[in-house]
Amino acid sequence: MAFARRQRSVLPGFGLSLGFTLAYLSLLVLIPLSAAFIRAMGMSWDEFMQAVASPRVLASYRLTFGVSFLAALVNAFFGGIVAWVLVRYSFPGRKIVDALVDLPFALPTAVAGIALTAIYAKNGWVGQWLDPLWVQGVTKLSVAIPFVDWKAWLGGSIAFDRPGVFIALTFIGLPFVVRTLQPVLEELQPELEEAAATLGANRWQTMTRVIFPELFPALITGFALAFARAVGEYGSVVFIAGNRPMHSEITPLLIITKLEQYDYRGATAIAVVMLVASFTLLLLINLLQKWSRRYYRI
Amino acid sequence: MAAIVSTLGERPSATRASQGRVIRNPLWVRIVFTTIALIFVSSFLLLPLAAVFVEAFRKGISVYFASFADPDALSAIKLTLTAAAIAVPANVIFGVAASWCIAKFEFRGKSILITLIDLPFAVSPVISGLIYVLLFGLQGWLGQYINAEQPWFPALQAWLIEQDFKIIFAVPGIVLATMFVTFPFVARELIPVMQAQGSDEEYAALTLGANGWQTFWYVTLPNIKWGLFYGVILCNARAMGEFGAVSVVSGHIRGETNTMPLHIEILYNEYNFVAAFAVSSLLALLALVTLVLKSFIEWRHSRA
Amino acid sequence: MKPKILLLTGLALAATLAAAAKPVQLLNVSYDPTRELYVEFNAAFAKYWKAKAGDDVTVKQSHGGSGKQARSVIDGLQADVVTLALAGDIDALHEMGKLIPKDWIQRLPQNSAPYTSTIVFVVRAGNPKGIKDWDDLVKPGVSVVTPNPKTSGGAMWNYLAAWEFARRKYGSEEKAREFVAQLYKNVAVLDSGARGSTTTFVQRGIGDVFISWENEAFLAQKEFGKEKFPIVAPSLSILAEPSVSIVDRVVRKKGTEAMAKAYLEFLYSDEGQEIAARNFYRPRNEAIAAKYSSRFVKMNLVTIDEAFGGWAKAKRVHFADGGTFDQIYVQ
Repeated sequence: MAFARRQRSVLPGFGLSLGFTLAYLSLLVLIPLSAAFIRAMGMSWDEFMQAVASPRVLASYRLTFGVSFLAALVNAFFGGIVAWVLVRYSFPGRKIVDALVDLPFALPTAVAGIALTAIYAKNGWVGQWLDPLWVQGVTKLSVAIPFVDWKAWLGGSIAFDRPGVFIALTFIGLPFVVRTLQPVLEELQPELEEAAATLGANRWQTMTRVIFPELFPALITGFALAFARAVGEYGSVVFIAGNRPMHSEITPLLIITKLEQYDYRGATAIAVVMLVASFTLLLLINLLQKWSRRYYRI
Repeated sequence: MAAIVSTLGERPSATRASQGRVIRNPLWVRIVFTTIALIFVSSFLLLPLAAVFVEAFRKGISVYFASFADPDALSAIKLTLTAAAIAVPANVIFGVAASWCIAKFEFRGKSILITLIDLPFAVSPVISGLIYVLLFGLQGWLGQYINAEQPWFPALQAWLIEQDFKIIFAVPGIVLATMFVTFPFVARELIPVMQAQGSDEEYAALTLGANGWQTFWYVTLPNIKWGLFYGVILCNARAMGEFGAVSVVSGHIRGETNTMPLHIEILYNEYNFVAAFAVSSLLALLALVTLVLKSFIEWRHSRA
Repeated sequence: MKPKILLLTGLALAATLAAAAKPVQLLNVSYDPTRELYVEFNAAFAKYWKAKAGDDVTVKQSHGGSGKQARSVIDGLQADVVTLALAGDIDALHEMGKLIPKDWIQRLPQNSAPYTSTIVFVVRAGNPKGIKDWDDLVKPGVSVVTPNPKTSGGAMWNYLAAWEFARRKYGSEEKAREFVAQLYKNVAVLDSGARGSTTTFVQRGIGDVFISWENEAFLAQKEFGKEKFPIVAPSLSILAEPSVSIVDRVVRKKGTEAMAKAYLEFLYSDEGQEIAARNFYRPRNEAIAAKYSSRFVKMNLVTIDEAFGGWAKAKRVHFADGGTFDQIYVQ
């Protein structure tokens, strides 16, 4: 890839900043990651396919990527609202809520897993009344729409099943969306909204035509980061997932499993597949963002 | 215009506090939005936090504070602070450099560069630790070199053996893993802010005769300070809370290579739930420190 | 003049101190449930070694899943001794890293396992589901908690004990496989480690029965109440031999070979055996075993060598990729 500058800019420091960025990136990320690739390349094709495409591994990809996507989507929506409320409105306890947003970063993932399990397990604070509701809901759904195995999809309980995975992944992804949106909202120029209002736009039009396009790149970034983080998450999920093979077993757990059996190559092979998948998805999202910025700027 | 301090008022943007706002959302919109936000935050954030503190104080305040007197806990706290003190500044410098070249210039391969910066987010923490083991472990590249019969540079090999410099299962490995995991935070916060900002103000400064560094210090930095602030906070929080990657390279030697999260795991596994949650509550309090810092900066800013 | 004298005195003082007692350090890399055991044992050893050799020894501990710990040592963790959950994990130190000789297991008495344990069931107060033996675990509606044998040493023992029970009762490997598949259909949560499973069963109230290390079960009783978590001994179980070894390459480099050897031998001494028994491990020493016979019920135990032909084979057949454990989930 060529990092040639496309057009001359008057601003200085391109060479220095890009040079430093690339050097630091290579030393800390690219060279170490290439160690994983090289280790995985020692395998024959058959070996590789067996490691990365056995039924259990495939089932874990579906779960990991599917639930991560769902969790990131929920985070993008609700996290967007949280960020908006935090920046624009004042209400009692606003600062406390603001501080709370960082919790998923500060709390070690294992502690988060334990705490979430304690809350959502059948005997937990919330689980004791939410869990029966969930089970009832799933049962009713199975009666109403019998062609789908709802229990397999939605789980037979909240903790120690698929909903638990979703809760953990939503928890760890939330700050990404809020904290990416917040600075952009803070810097958002009120003049834009004022101009829109002066020109006769109503609140809804200002929202969708003026504010949302400004926020969109940051929202996409937040979504992408929350998704990427969720895909790799291990510590909090294993406590609450139940970890049943073919059902609620996540891919990072399978990597650990391989490592426990001294199968470095198998582990790195799965890691490489996840890396390539995440990289592709992130790249797509970044391209989309670039496109959206150009589109909205016109 | 005076600030609105009703129960559900609309607050002036932090950066443009002096300017009034002509547009307000109707009250019902504000109530609905705030309620949704509060319910979401309560069920996903407030409850886990409450769980941590309830467990930590289950046996009273004295037991809570006794948890920190343990020398192993103190050494874990010290190690965690050390790792963060190295990882965060390094990533701040990187973040500023990366966002400068990405936001202010157009070049080919930019999307790929951004994606590469995002990559550590997507790497499973377990793998983040493992790659350093593959590099520096006894069975890894470094180990193979040290044990090689006929190395490339015998002098270097002899020097390495003599130094007996430990990377993994020692502090350098823990610092490296922490840096890797928190690598994208500052850059990722700054890029959208700088992009939203554009370069007009910098052009103006340059036209008025400022040099590059002056432009950066007096024009760019004040504009990106919130993004930078969030970036540092997040980077620091994550650096202190990281579990998976550090767990792989730590070796779990009590009182030596255990960070706070690893020490918490140990305490929990010893059925010492109160101490485990007490140490966790310290990490949770980080968020509170953030709040104080942020209020302080806002206050300074409003006076300036 | 004065600073010079001070310096000389200081140097002299330092020299005498160094000659008097050498503070030495030993690193014991162990698996999860042995924490309480080694806290007590290390203190006893420090006293013993001070009396014998005059040095002040501090034993540092590292605990974690058995396989993970072995891997750390292979990757360069400077362990003087390893005390792991199963011989198979110590074998890996030889196979993967050439850190110890192949015949390490013969260097100490009784397969280098100074204490043993076995697999038992922990049930709910009053045993509401009436669980008595392995057969009761495959009944519909019984919810079982056990860790994942791919990531937990203890869970491998669980799995193999169930397998051997079924093979003896139903007469064939095929039947045993069906039995174990049925059993794992009833498993509600597969935690990655033994302690994780204990917490799931005890704290979260998941499951009717928890398949556990005997020592872990006793410890849970001690922590959370004896009546609340009764122990049920199945008709057949497995003799779990957690083995120990010095790590030759590390002790030679660090010059701690004599002390590391003494540390492991001290495990076999009367005092060491007593400490093991107090911490719910079955002692090898018969006199001490007799003393604690009321605690450890006599059980019908098979060994891994006689039932499965050793760890290497058991791991290959049951726990490797595509082994029986994988097969029962992917039909």
